[in-house]
Amino acid sequence: MENIADEVLKGNRLALAKAITAIENERENATEIMQQLYPHTGNAYVLGITGPPGAGKSTLTDKLAKEFRSRGKTVGIIAIDPTSPFSGGAILGDRIRMNDLAMDEGVFIRSMGTRGSLGGLSHKTADAVKVMDAFGVDVIFVETVGVGQSEVDIVKAADTTMVVLIPGMGDDIQAIKAGILEIGDIFTINKADHDGADKLQTELNMMLDLDGVMKDWRPPILKAVANQNIGITEVVDTFHKHREHIEANGQLTVRRTERAKNEMLDLLDAKIGQYVRHKLVDSGKIDKFVEDIKARKTDPYTVVNGVMESMLK
Amino acid sequence: MDKIRVLVAKPGLDGHDRGAKVVARALRDAGFEVIYTGLRQTPEQIAQAAADEDVNVVAMSILSGAHPHLFPKVVNLVREKGMKDTLIIGGGVIPEGDIPALKQAGIAEVFTPGTPTTAIVDFIKANVK
Ligand code: B12
Ligand SMILES: Nc1nc2c(ncn2[C@@H]2O[C@H](COP(=O)(O)OP(=O)(O)OP(=O)(O)O)[C@@H](O)[C@H]2O)c(=O)[nH]1
Ligand SMILES: [Mg+2]
Repeated sequence: MENIADEVLKGNRLALAKAITAIENERENATEIMQQLYPHTGNAYVLGITGPPGAGKSTLTDKLAKEFRSRGKTVGIIAIDPTSPFSGGAILGDRIRMNDLAMDEGVFIRSMGTRGSLGGLSHKTADAVKVMDAFGVDVIFVETVGVGQSEVDIVKAADTTMVVLIPGMGDDIQAIKAGILEIGDIFTINKADHDGADKLQTELNMMLDLDGVMKDWRPPILKAVANQNIGITEVVDTFHKHREHIEANGQLTVRRTERAKNEMLDLLDAKIGQYVRHKLVDSGKIDKFVEDIKARKTDPYTVVNGVMESMLK
Repeated sequence: MDKIRVLVAKPGLDGHDRGAKVVARALRDAGFEVIYTGLRQTPEQIAQAAADEDVNVVAMSILSGAHPHLFPKVVNLVREKGMKDTLIIGGGVIPEGDIPALKQAGIAEVFTPGTPTTAIVDFIKANVK
């Protein structure tokens, strides 16, 4: 392929796939691809789908995507599953729930392993979103790994975040309160065919009302049975409502500005880390420092100050 | 080094999925990213997933006897998608006599019952592009 980014912009589907691979593996041409695509991003709307393992995130995403397709929108899906910290391998199984969707030309699905990232996404998810955005899809779903309470990176990547919960989580609801309950713009109780959906809805309502602070958007709590396609149009309607709301009150701009800032800082952090590693570790200079620190000839604080000064000269 | 990505696929109506799952787990433990799409995939679905996921390897499992028809079909469709370098392998209950024709059709290697999974891992590592 001559120029991957050009091909992506022309709508070449294989180029889209290849571009994401280049980025995930931090190949030499990855930065160049992103530089070329960046001006063409900012048009897609990003929906985050998160929630505990097995809650039905993939099944819901499949059905929601179909609903968006029936409303004339093209769809990109990024589905993330955990990478084993021991082997570095992963089984990416979200597509199992999306098989017939995958044959729709207006849908592009890509599975990603977390590859060491702990926040529920992978480090390259945000860039993969941008590649799909530049390719020209209207809506991008990002399905996180099954989360506990602290994997909340999705809020930084998505315009609207939906938290999927299921009945029968019992007291767990208290435990997750601190984490993922704070990030939902929309809550969907999936598997509402199981006992306890109404009870969970009541509990959630109480919790959100107790939240105190008057917010101008009170997260709605919806019910769905994803594998029977029940409640899907309501969820999509609510996505639209939330989008209109945050477009009107300026919150979308605030979120995207914050995202641009965070992304720049993350990139800078990573580059500085690489630079330091290169200058200090690979060159072997670090050994002398460590020796001196161990012998108490100097201390880590002094060394780091010195390194910083010489670096920023 | 890029991470090796493998699509483990079950084409056709064959419901035997133990072997595919054993292979998927072994490949994960070898450090590969394995995309598993579940049972009853059409050759078209497999080829589309292989391209969109940009996998290095397509690994198909068939125990029902439908391999002479389905394996070559997937090879053709994957190549048509522009995936020229993708390594395509197969396994399952496949009579020795069928293997030369499958290789002729572009299946790089065929693994039959009793194969240690390490042999599969080694083959992929040695032949992936
Ligand atoms: C267990 C089993 C079942 C289980 C399946 C459970 C499941 N979820 O998988 C059940 C009871 C459901 C079943 C049902 C049937 N079965 Co059955 N089954 C078997 C049996 C005994 C073992 C298969 C197995 O799981 N082996 C263990 C796994 C780990 O081994 P494996 O799949 O061979 O995988 C290894 C290698 O082949 C290779 N490999 C496999 N796939 C891949 C893929 C890649 C990419 C690679 C690299 C390697 C690789 O690596 C693996 C590790 O070494 C075989 C007989 C046999 N000895 O193979 C018959 C067998 C496969 N079944 C057979 C039949 C006919 C049926 C039924 C049609 C019976 C019926 N009339 O109802 C149904 C059909 C089911 C369906 N929906 O398709 C026949 C198939 C005949 C044929 N090919 O012509 C067999 C061969 C028995 C026989 N001798 O007649 N079966
Ligand atoms: N009873 C019932 N089962 C459902 C419903 N939605 C999904 N399921 C089933 O729940 C199981 C898990 O669904 P997935 O969509 O894979 O869940 P997930 O949240 O994506 O799972 P992970 O990605 O592994 O965290 C599957 O067997 C689905 O068929 C539902 O509304 N009711
Ligand atoms: Mg899932």
